Amino acid sequence: MAHPLVKARNLTVRHGETTVLHNVDLHVDAGEIVTIVGPNGSGKSTLIAALLGGVRPVTGGVERARGLRIGYVPQRLVLDPTLPMTVERFLGLPRRVSSARAAEALERAGVPDIGDRQMAALSGGQFQRALLARAILEEPQLLILDEATAGLDQPGSAAFYRRIEEVRRDTGCGVLMISHDLHVVMSASDRVICLNGHVCCEGTPEVVAAAPDYRRLFGAGTRGALALYRHHHDHEHDHPHHHHHHDHPQDAAE
Amino acid sequence: MMLDDFMTRAALAGIGTGLAAAPLGCFVVWRRMAYFGDATAHAAILGVALSLALSLPVFVGTLVVALVMATIVAVISGRGYAMDTLLGVMAHSALAFGLVGVTFLDGVRIDLMAYLFGDILSVSRGDLAVVWGGAALVLALIGWRWSALLTSTLNPDLARAAGIDPKREQLVLTLALAVVVAVAIKVVGVLLITALLIIPAATVRPFASTPERMGILAALVAMVSAWAGLRASYALDTPTGPTIVCVTALLFSLSTVASGLRRAG
Repeated sequence: MAHPLVKARNLTVRHGETTVLHNVDLHVDAGEIVTIVGPNGSGKSTLIAALLGGVRPVTGGVERARGLRIGYVPQRLVLDPTLPMTVERFLGLPRRVSSARAAEALERAGVPDIGDRQMAALSGGQFQRALLARAILEEPQLLILDEATAGLDQPGSAAFYRRIEEVRRDTGCGVLMISHDLHVVMSASDRVICLNGHVCCEGTPEVVAAAPDYRRLFGAGTRGALALYRHHHDHEHDHPHHHHHHDHPQDAAE
Repeated sequence: MMLDDFMTRAALAGIGTGLAAAPLGCFVVWRRMAYFGDATAHAAILGVALSLALSLPVFVGTLVVALVMATIVAVISGRGYAMDTLLGVMAHSALAFGLVGVTFLDGVRIDLMAYLFGDILSVSRGDLAVVWGGAALVLALIGWRWSALLTSTLNPDLARAAGIDPKREQLVLTLALAVVVAVAIKVVGVLLITALLIIPAATVRPFASTPERMGILAALVAMVSAWAGLRASYALDTPTGPTIVCVTALLFSLSTVASGLRRAG
């Protein structure tokens, strides 16, 4: 078996008196897309911070492959208004890239011609794409996305995830993401980890979606996600056309 | 020789200080560390007292105390008190202990005003060497860590993902800040050092599109202010350190008006 890119073993993290993560095991291999889902306060972001080395665990630890290059797309990035930053300059942090490479990265991210704009002047969607473009310029072996589609509308986030699948296909990198967009995530992931302080359940999207723990956590809100997921699969097996409107993502979002 | 003229020495000292302070000042502004700068500077008075008591060069005493101060604050921050409360306690305690401590020094009549407001006209060749040595050190440090500092300023997790330790970069800034304080104490004094850090950076913000341009423009503004302030204080017979700060403040007002007009127009 190949070495995982990153591996958390028996990870326990406390913030003061509160145990945020309890005995969490997790690994991401090259080329797979792993998604962490969980309710608010389930420790998703803390888990990412621990994997990046920003949070010190009480027990357990994190192992990274030697020399691992990580591309990170944060949940949100607040630029201080006093800090001037063009998109092109931002793409060159921390390692400078040529204008040509920056322009190419923006082109591929679907936002050409914004290189000269100030980061602060971008729309939410452009901003997230610029963040992704920067992460990809690092030529990461592991791409980590923390709620990267927060603030995007549904077509926007669907396009965003398609882009991530392309990146995975083209570069063979592993992807670890946190998401609230259950219906999109369920179809885009190889493996889903359902987190609520501890790992409730984990496996292929189908397995997790059927797990009682998952259903208890997400309840009725996930019916749409399940429906959409099945809908995708039904397409491959039979002819679900009469279900089509019923299972449409817009309905599922409600 | 050129350096025999006290005005020339003063001008060189002011320009050297501005050159070092302004780019560092950009980080102070971006990271909202203005109060941190104040605290480090105020603590320097305690350093002056210690230097005189131990017969050390003032530069050494202020550098050490500023470093200790900055390190203590960095270590105990985030443990119960808000940062500004902590800095307020540390800064003013250090200033007060320094002021009290100086009075215990027998036989030394020191002019505290010189340390509170600077005494640029009495800069010696040795002082000049300290100023430019310190400036070179600070510029080298910031230039070397520029990208890493910028990335950690943007977002600590972004920095960690790229293999940068934000804590270490914070330490680099702390060190640079202590050196600038130790250098600038002779030029503008402890009470006005923060002005030299943040006003040039704030002045050029509307005219900079990248962090690098902001750093360079801020350094230019700081150097011009130092020179113009020196000339003005000579012509008007006013205290030099405060006059330099007045010039930067005027430039800041001009910049604010100009950028306001540009946006409106």
